Amino acid sequence: MTPTVVLPVVIGVLYTAGVYLLLDRSLTRVLLGFLLLGNATNLLLLSAGGPSGLAPILGYAEAEEMSDPLPQALILTAIVITFGIAAFVLAIIYRSWRLVRQEVIEVDEEDRRVASRSDTDADDIDPDDLAPEDRPAMHDDTFAADNDIERGLARYYSGIASDDIDLPPTRGRKR
Amino acid sequence: MLALLLLHLVAAVLAPVLLRWWGRNALLVLALVPAAAFGWVLSRLGRITDGGALQETVPWVPQLDLEIALRLDALSLTFALLVTGVGALVLLYCARYFEPDDEGTARFAGTLTAFAGSMLGLVLADDLLLLYVFWELTTVFSYLLIGGAGTKLAARRAASQALILTTAGGLAMLIGLIMLGETSGSYLLSEVVADPGSGPLLVAGTMLVLAGAVTKSAMIPFHFWLPAAMEAPTPVSAYLHAAAMVKAGIYLVARLAPGFADVPGWRPVVIGLGLATMLVGGYRALRQNDLKLLLAFGTVSQLGFLMVLVGAGSRELAAAGLAMTLAHALFKSTLFLTVGVIDHATGVRDLRRLSGLGRRLPVLAVIGTLAAASMAGLPPLLGFVGKEAAFTALLDGGLPDRTAALAVLTGLVLGSVLTAAYTARFVWGAFARKPDLAETEPAELVHPPSALFLAAPAVLALVGLLAGPFSPLLEPLVASYADTLAPVAEKAEKLALWHGLQPALLLSAVTVVGGALLFVARAPVFRFQRRLAVGASADEGYWNTLQALDRIAVLVTGTTQRGSLPAYLGTILVVVLALPGSVLLFRAPWPDQWRAWDTPVQALVGAVVIIAAFLALRIRQRLSAVLVVGVTGYGLAVLFALQGAPDLALTQFLVETLTLVVFVLVLRKLPKDITERHRPRERLGRGVIAVGIGALMAAAGAVVMSARTATPVSVDYPEAAYDFGGGQNIVNVTLVDIRAWDTLGELSLVVVAATGVASLVFLRRRTGVVDRLDPVQLARQERSSWRAPRGQWLAATATLAPERRSVILEVITRVLFHTILVFSVFLLFSGHNEPGGGFAGGLVAGLALVLRYLAGGRYELGEAAPVDPGLLLGVGLLFSGTTGVVGLLLGADVLQTAILETTLPVLGDVKLVTSLFFDIGVYLIVVGLVLDILRSLGAELDRQVDEDDPIDAAPGEVIVR
Repeated sequence: MTPTVVLPVVIGVLYTAGVYLLLDRSLTRVLLGFLLLGNATNLLLLSAGGPSGLAPILGYAEAEEMSDPLPQALILTAIVITFGIAAFVLAIIYRSWRLVRQEVIEVDEEDRRVASRSDTDADDIDPDDLAPEDRPAMHDDTFAADNDIERGLARYYSGIASDDIDLPPTRGRKR
Repeated sequence: MLALLLLHLVAAVLAPVLLRWWGRNALLVLALVPAAAFGWVLSRLGRITDGGALQETVPWVPQLDLEIALRLDALSLTFALLVTGVGALVLLYCARYFEPDDEGTARFAGTLTAFAGSMLGLVLADDLLLLYVFWELTTVFSYLLIGGAGTKLAARRAASQALILTTAGGLAMLIGLIMLGETSGSYLLSEVVADPGSGPLLVAGTMLVLAGAVTKSAMIPFHFWLPAAMEAPTPVSAYLHAAAMVKAGIYLVARLAPGFADVPGWRPVVIGLGLATMLVGGYRALRQNDLKLLLAFGTVSQLGFLMVLVGAGSRELAAAGLAMTLAHALFKSTLFLTVGVIDHATGVRDLRRLSGLGRRLPVLAVIGTLAAASMAGLPPLLGFVGKEAAFTALLDGGLPDRTAALAVLTGLVLGSVLTAAYTARFVWGAFARKPDLAETEPAELVHPPSALFLAAPAVLALVGLLAGPFSPLLEPLVASYADTLAPVAEKAEKLALWHGLQPALLLSAVTVVGGALLFVARAPVFRFQRRLAVGASADEGYWNTLQALDRIAVLVTGTTQRGSLPAYLGTILVVVLALPGSVLLFRAPWPDQWRAWDTPVQALVGAVVIIAAFLALRIRQRLSAVLVVGVTGYGLAVLFALQGAPDLALTQFLVETLTLVVFVLVLRKLPKDITERHRPRERLGRGVIAVGIGALMAAAGAVVMSARTATPVSVDYPEAAYDFGGGQNIVNVTLVDIRAWDTLGELSLVVVAATGVASLVFLRRRTGVVDRLDPVQLARQERSSWRAPRGQWLAATATLAPERRSVILEVITRVLFHTILVFSVFLLFSGHNEPGGGFAGGLVAGLALVLRYLAGGRYELGEAAPVDPGLLLGVGLLFSGTTGVVGLLLGADVLQTAILETTLPVLGDVKLVTSLFFDIGVYLIVVGLVLDILRSLGAELDRQVDEDDPIDAAPGEVIVR
């Protein structure tokens, strides 16, 4: 099948213009780019379906003379959906304009914040920094550090190392 | 067996309701579920010990070879008895452990029952993937049970730690299971074990599966999640962390050992990790002051012991392992439950603050001591029998390598000494009177335990006691599993309490005496351990790993995510250029010959489109830019018509017009010009990318036709359209019949888009109220304007200011509105055979509404279509969807068309195709879309201007910019 020169050129130009506009920061131009891309894609689909022919309607044409009906069905819904999405983007543009008096895609501040962050900001906290009751149950036991109970015992039995609770109580006992 | 699992599921779902009705006593009823399962499993004992196995298979996902294959053999039966028996007793125990006014008991009961069901499923599953499903289910439920209500930070941490570790192991295991399944050619566990196949894939798969077992059973270096999980309520610890979940790893190793013990690497991993875990766990348990933590480390230690026994892969050790598993489940759950009672009664678990409890709670003391004796390996309890069997087996050479057997034996004896020592510490800590504390400490019991509360631990302890002397009765069960492994010694030793005076007995005595010595010297030992404590632990390692992951995530996010949308898009497009572009460049079948054009008109229209596209780049005035983009759209419509697509041309014309209108509706609120925000260098970059993409797509367009190798699917469409779809317009039949599923999905998208538009404009409601004319106000206005009443037609124009009215437009609207509507309905009905259809019809009707709105303002729109657009959209979707369902009800496929033909008196031959109703749905949805847009972007914007509503935020509402 021999392709025409016209259709690929039109497709190429529409894509070029569409992509250029899509990369703009103004939402209106992005939307225009989106519409051009939609048109370009529909045309690409149609030309991919085969050479031109007669309308795919029985009674008007024989099956051999018809253009391929499948891409046409695909494009038909695509046209309507493009319209719906365009209306949606327009609503976004309107909303953006009402709220902040501009319709521009700004640099995402959240992304910038993440990128400039030098330290981690992990969800998890170092067990050492947690309050004793929040630490993993076995955490303290690894270390020779004391905890609440140790402190309480030290208060009760001052002068006796808390390790030695099984030693007989001495005069330090206050109870 | 499936019925048992379903019973658990039903019970788990009903549990919250039952608890609301009956309070904590509902747990007694729930306990009946695992108890019933226990009874059923026990009743099958005879048949299983005779060497039989029960099997049940229900197909599930045949494409994945996944079926619900359940199998009950000796090993499954042993574990199933544990899971159901301990499960029932723990639920019984829970009925008194929780206070009537405790919160969250309902959720707890449901989760615990569900856990019991998944655990039962795990030990019964015979399909590798099914096993994995149950495996992960137990992980998830254990997460929920450890986390509890989620109010305690420590509990949340412990829960997520257990989840992350066991899921990581589980994922590794999944890969391993698939490898094993592929190597052996079957996904049935029983067949895989019988014939594992060979090759490197087998070794890798085995190691991955072991990774799952090791994490689940808390082997070193993943042991730390188990002590941390002690944040869970004590019954959970008793069930999950003593009897059931941590045994899953043991079960898996035991299950695979008959076929896999000789796989290279199996014995070093299983025995090495098991021994290390046993020693480390015992060492750590020795210095715990919290009774529950002491038991937790004891469990870690015992799990290591069990892992060595069941993983060794010899008949003798496997038999000892199975007996020991039973013993461990019995005594460890008893001990946990005992600690639960102590905790419940006194509110204290620190053994340094408990004193004299043995005299205050003698029954509990007896129960706890019995279980502890079993743990220490004292005769005549089951723990002694198991340990004795293990020692005997190793002395007789339970491993192929004699030296290894002796080394392992030394390790086990050492570990058992530690076990005896921490057992003594437990009994002393829990029940003894400490000389430096008061006679009884704490002085008062908060909740003295009731008989029912003590029942569960008492039963478990008694079983442990009786099972020792009666251990020969266990022999058939244990043997029928163990006989699947090859024996190493000449003569198999049977389970029994008394084997006579022999070396193993001496070793048992050594462990007990050694433990007693360690206990007596506990003060120096404790000080020694303190001095030896190192500032690093597996828990720290886990935390550091998570930190490193977080750091990497921040680094990656920071470098890749710079926050500029054009930059992201540009990156994507460059990749498109690089990858498909290079393929196109080198591999594309370039056509040999070209035609300039199909017709000269095509070239002419093409030139117009190209010029318009270039203009769209240059023009910075909003409205003009929209107009030139519109020109490309209209040009496209002509190209469609020339290509032989009248439906497309029609739709494109209509949509283009509507798009222009909608643009104008919004752009009237925006400034006239678009300001340039890009530096020349940015524009150059954009230009390069754009030209590249344009060239790529042009080349694709040129190549695509000659690249086709297959016959188009649509060659049969003409025939099918008439025979099955009953229509002559093939495109329309394709939409409403051949590819109706597609259309249904696209319709849903349209509904979503329309809803999105409305919700962006109307913030708090789907749509505003329909603006209708107020007759009183209208009459007043008419009087004041000194005009004669003009009847009802286009009455709302009276509400417009005179300078905003257009007489010509009003006249045209009057003349055309009905005609257009009729035409739209004609398009809808004729669309099946002529160009048209629901899409085109709906768009035409939408244009009629646009006309009314433009001529008469927002009140006129309300008069023209006094319905909520959401209603139209919904009814439309209902129409289309129902058509599909009706086809199903008539016994055909979803969305299949039926053709009804009949002859009526006046109308003549009438042919009704059911897909017409589908098309009506399409029509309604498209009208709804247009109406929604008009109402939001048209009428509501007018209202905001009219009523001077600068920002529609409610008082107190904060808008984040």
